[in-house]
Amino acid sequence: MPKFVDARGRSCPEPVMMTKQAIDSFDGEEIKVVVDTRVAVENIKRYVQNQGFNVEDGEYEGDFSLLIKK
Amino acid sequence: MKGNKIKIILSGGLIGILAALLVKFGNPLNMGVCVACFYRDITGALGLHRAAVVQYIRPEIIGFILGAFIIALIKGEFKPRGGSSPILRFILGVFLMIGALVFLGCPLRMILRLSNGDLNALVGVVGYIVGIIIGIQFLKRGFTLGRSEKQPAISGYSMPAIAIALLIFLIVAPSFIIFSESGPGAMAAPITYSLIAGLIIGGVIQRTRLCTAGGFRDAFLIKDFHFLWGLLGIFTFSLIGNLVFNFESFKIGFEAQPIAHADFLWNFLGMILTGICAVLLGGCPLRQTILAGEGDTDAVVTILGFIVGAAFAHNFGLAASPKGVPDNGKIAVIIGLAIVLCIATAVVLQNTKQRKLLKEKKGGQVNA
Repeated sequence: MPKFVDARGRSCPEPVMMTKQAIDSFDGEEIKVVVDTRVAVENIKRYVQNQGFNVEDGEYEGDFSLLIKK
Repeated sequence: MKGNKIKIILSGGLIGILAALLVKFGNPLNMGVCVACFYRDITGALGLHRAAVVQYIRPEIIGFILGAFIIALIKGEFKPRGGSSPILRFILGVFLMIGALVFLGCPLRMILRLSNGDLNALVGVVGYIVGIIIGIQFLKRGFTLGRSEKQPAISGYSMPAIAIALLIFLIVAPSFIIFSESGPGAMAAPITYSLIAGLIIGGVIQRTRLCTAGGFRDAFLIKDFHFLWGLLGIFTFSLIGNLVFNFESFKIGFEAQPIAHADFLWNFLGMILTGICAVLLGGCPLRQTILAGEGDTDAVVTILGFIVGAAFAHNFGLAASPKGVPDNGKIAVIIGLAIVLCIATAVVLQNTKQRKLLKEKKGGQVNA
């Protein structure tokens, strides 16, 4: 079960900050971030990839999900 | 250079070039595009303030909204949403506008002013950055305006509908709409040029998400320089555009710059206020306009705040002019800073308390 971050409905830059918080305490467990705008998807992807993580796109309850792992 | 970087530089560059062209075709100097000034002009045209020199329905704003709306629809990103602290967004919108009208321009015009040699804008940039850094401190301590939620589809069409109504008012020019006969409000590129430029900028910025607040904020907050490259694109291409199209107006210095004053302190403080508000709102006036076109009703409420802020700025004698900043404007900036900092502090304190309670509750459950 990956760590779950629900950043749906949050203004910029909260989704990225919530993701940052999660990866700051990354312990090998995958992180699943859910957002509801494509802007948030792009911003999170850019940030996470710059930090050396891999991202997998997905879908969650009709919204966007990002599975973050090393 | 990565493709993304080139794309964001060029999207900023497009704004820079179009702004220089709009000046060539008749917009006020160093004001090819100014989101705050243009909402102020629209506010005046609707008779919500009576400053005779700044009343015009600026087609660029209509273009930003409709350009973003059309592209968002095509790309499946039009999404009616809202309900994230509307009244706080409204108040922040009011004070963002008052800060901008004391400085005489939104952050976008600040960059355009700088690119044509107005060094007062450099003071503004420093103020804007200080404001953004202050805003970041609240974000780091948990500031949030809360989640937005899906809204009835019809609410998402409110801003595009307002844009179309404004376009009709502009073309039909009924007697209740006021158009300046002199001053900056009377200086305008032909409607079609302004509208097309606005549509292009609106569409492109909807795709690239360029935001003047995001540019500085992300650089400081998460060391992401993506949007900052876009701002550099605006500056560089506007500079080139001005040198090519408006060479006679290019002048480096502080004094006698077009539609600007050289009062350092209030240029600085005005933009601090604007910077804090932009960070707390999650985006600059340009970005809010694009979001409103995409169906974000929180951004619409913010824009209503801009309009009321512009009306107050001129009705209460707060707005600066090339002569300087009136006393009322100075008082308004101080009051604005106090109120905005109060709002941010109150939200942070409440969220900290809630998190603590939640933690205690969780801890209690574990112990039980």
